[in-house]
Amino acid sequence: MAERGARLLVADDNKVNRLLLGRTLQLQGHQVESADNGRVALEMLKRGGFDLLLLDLEMPELDGFALLELIAADPALREVPVIVTSSLEGVAHVARCIELGAEDYLHKPVNPVLLKARVGSSLEKKRLRDQQKALVERFATSAVAQDVAASGFALGGKRVTATVMFTDIRGFTTLVEQQGPEETIELLNTWYTLMFDAIGGQGGVVNQMIGDGLMAIFGAPMPLPEAAGGAPLAAVRAALDMQELVTLFNAERTAAGQAPIAIGIGIATGDVIAGYTGTQQRATYTCVGDTVNLAARLEGHTKLAGRTVLLDAATQAALGGRVGTAALGAVALKGKQQTVEVFALG
Amino acid sequence: MMSTPLIDAQTFAELQANAGDDFVAELVDTFAAEAPQMLAELRASHTGGAADAFRRAAHSLKSNSSTFGATRLAELARTLELGGLPPDAGPLDALADELARSVEALRQRARGGAGG
Repeated sequence: MAERGARLLVADDNKVNRLLLGRTLQLQGHQVESADNGRVALEMLKRGGFDLLLLDLEMPELDGFALLELIAADPALREVPVIVTSSLEGVAHVARCIELGAEDYLHKPVNPVLLKARVGSSLEKKRLRDQQKALVERFATSAVAQDVAASGFALGGKRVTATVMFTDIRGFTTLVEQQGPEETIELLNTWYTLMFDAIGGQGGVVNQMIGDGLMAIFGAPMPLPEAAGGAPLAAVRAALDMQELVTLFNAERTAAGQAPIAIGIGIATGDVIAGYTGTQQRATYTCVGDTVNLAARLEGHTKLAGRTVLLDAATQAALGGRVGTAALGAVALKGKQQTVEVFALG
Repeated sequence: MMSTPLIDAQTFAELQANAGDDFVAELVDTFAAEAPQMLAELRASHTGGAADAFRRAAHSLKSNSSTFGATRLAELARTLELGGLPPDAGPLDALADELARSVEALRQRARGGAGG
């Protein structure tokens, strides 16, 4: 939804105001519908699809203040930004509107240049919020979505025990050089889809996508049931699923005359600082700390070790023998002062 | 008060530039059609002592006349909006006269003349 071509609702009981505002917004490239009182506006908003409401205050049936209150109380309606347009005088009205959740306040007669700027800015903010919401929905499991819904976008972290996974496509740069851009994007999209399915299927959260790689967290923000083996086992199961999916994917690629891909996966368990980072407009759930670094280093080490999945000692110990592993001994990983006990899956 | 122009030429010209001459001509007609109703509400609420309805009707008139740059009409309406119910209908009659003059001047301007 770009700034141009947004769907706007104008609520004003005064016909001259309604027509003029509608005309001005149409000339600025928007689709405009109108309501002549607050009650009608509310019904139209409930039917959905509006990107912005331009609201008059003095209206019969349901006035602007009452409509703002109803909008604030309804999570679905709250997502539509509201710009109040009024010729009511005095800052008290402005303050009340802002307190009730209005994004902006324009005095009538509305200056078209100012209107364009404010509408553009409100739509942009809505776009960012929509993007953020889409991020949570696409990049997180329902656990994160529920956590966000329950506690809001409180930026800040806490120390939790979790399992962190890094994975990427090995030799991706060479692949990119051998094929066209469309093929590369298609490969990435398919690969991401498979990885998301495997990770999400085991209760993990993909919180970062970096080129041909991604980072996933297991056991945060919501702990995974201990009875099912907790976060470490969930991550390892996801890794097994990922390998299986890549094997199937490679069979398809080979049949189509394309080179098979290889992946590397690093998994580590321990304390992480987890929380929402970013800005109030756009945040992401992430983890930082030694455990995260270790998982990244293990993933980086898979090629040298000639193994697909590498685990740290904490993850291996938590498996309790439920999944077969091989001890590779103490390894000096890049960036680590002390050697680390490394285990390979399978 | 009389030093204030009936119609502020710049405001009206800007409105035309922003919304288009034809659209503004239609908008003036809409105002001419709606204004008597606002005036009637103003008179009825004055007679009935309904201060809030009186204020709202005056507010609508003020809002629309400001849009067109009908400065004098806007000032009269604003006085009524902020001043509450007047003791007699005198200010309403003055407003009705000003409204008639303003609408006529706006129509002239909308047709390309220099009304007001």
